[in-house]
Amino acid sequence: MYSKGLKPLSIASLATLALALGLVFFYAPNDADQGFLQKIFYIHVPIAIVSLCGFVAGGLMAIQYLRTNDRSWDMRSYVAIHLSIVLGLGVLITGSIWARGSWGHWWVWDEPTLVSFLIVFLLYCCYQPLRFSIEDPERQARYAAVFAIAAGAFVPINFIAVRMSQSFSHPRVLSATGGSMPGSMRLTFLISLLGFTLLFVTLWKLELTSKHASMQLKRLKKRLELDLEERPAGAPAPPVSTVPAQPSRD
Amino acid sequence: MALFSVTVFVLFHFGLQRNSLEGDLAAGVFWVTLLLATVLGVNRLFVVEREQGGIDGMLLAPIDRTAVFLAKAAALFLYLLLLELIAVPAFDILLLGPDPYKPLPALIPLLLLANVGVAAVGALVSALAVETRARDLMVPLLLLPLLVPVVIAGAEGTSPLFTGSQSPHELGKWLGLLGLYDMVFLLLSIAVFDFLLED
Repeated sequence: MYSKGLKPLSIASLATLALALGLVFFYAPNDADQGFLQKIFYIHVPIAIVSLCGFVAGGLMAIQYLRTNDRSWDMRSYVAIHLSIVLGLGVLITGSIWARGSWGHWWVWDEPTLVSFLIVFLLYCCYQPLRFSIEDPERQARYAAVFAIAAGAFVPINFIAVRMSQSFSHPRVLSATGGSMPGSMRLTFLISLLGFTLLFVTLWKLELTSKHASMQLKRLKKRLELDLEERPAGAPAPPVSTVPAQPSRD
Repeated sequence: MALFSVTVFVLFHFGLQRNSLEGDLAAGVFWVTLLLATVLGVNRLFVVEREQGGIDGMLLAPIDRTAVFLAKAAALFLYLLLLELIAVPAFDILLLGPDPYKPLPALIPLLLLANVGVAAVGALVSALAVETRARDLMVPLLLLPLLVPVVIAGAEGTSPLFTGSQSPHELGKWLGLLGLYDMVFLLLSIAVFDFLLED
């Protein structure tokens, strides 16, 4: 169901990422200020954008779940947020490395984007504990959806608040003027962004496929168990009974 | 809650080793203490109904679920007001130095707007967390990151009040941010609260 088009997608994301990395190292010029260090920009900024979009997309899928009451939307929302958390960790690590290289500190408080990202990340880290400490699966889905929507709305407000409170020192590469990037850098950046977006979608589909498969497996196992229980004692064992059924049931 | 806040002021006095605070340090101590005290209130907001089945009773009554949310948020708002009625004078007397009453009038709109936002978010978080197993752990983990904008606006807005220099333009900016926060989370909570009570 979810596995359709997974193979071409994986190939496309692999190819785009390889192309992006090639461009980063051999095509894009070194930054005049920061030299080679600035290359981390081509990884840090795309994954930050992709993971924030993933959080917001998770919120939108949660709205869709609450509207349709279709569990597959809940699954989609869960996987999107879960992947975005993983990417978010990557954003914080690469951002920290970049800050260390460029400003000399591992962590810089007067830099709104990094700080607001940390707050958003801390909030979303609660998503999984919240979800899995509710037992009833239907209620679990609903509560997780409510959380995803509230947190999705929180993302822009938080960015406004943190930006208002601080001085502007983050390299505003994508400013309103379109940035002062030369064409070669912009091309590299866009291809890298595309690559990470494709990677995100591929991983998302992959996890959905695996979740779907394991759910189906569970359902089949349950049916097999029921079949075994219903058969009268002493009946000849069918070929499937090589699977060890729980002996304690009898 | 009020007792807790006074205790925290005493802790800050010893932790910071200061007899009086001013400026941004005072604003930080004040707002962080208020929000930590809020966590206590939010923790208890839905617990009684949950343990004694009051939620089922409310759902049987022919009322809109939004009314339940608004009632809970209003209750939290009143709790916060009570907390501040005690915590603000205590803070003034204990930590603000010789001339404690000057910043009070300008503090009132900030506190009221902050209370609205905190009440909306707090009621939502409380309803979310009450069904989880580790309820007491989930509330602060969910609530405190969500309240970061309130701390930012509150602390930035009050720190000039506590130093004595007050530029009205700055205060308006932070009041605007709090207003935006209140509006978004009030509307959002009203929109999604129905799904938390559905059974």
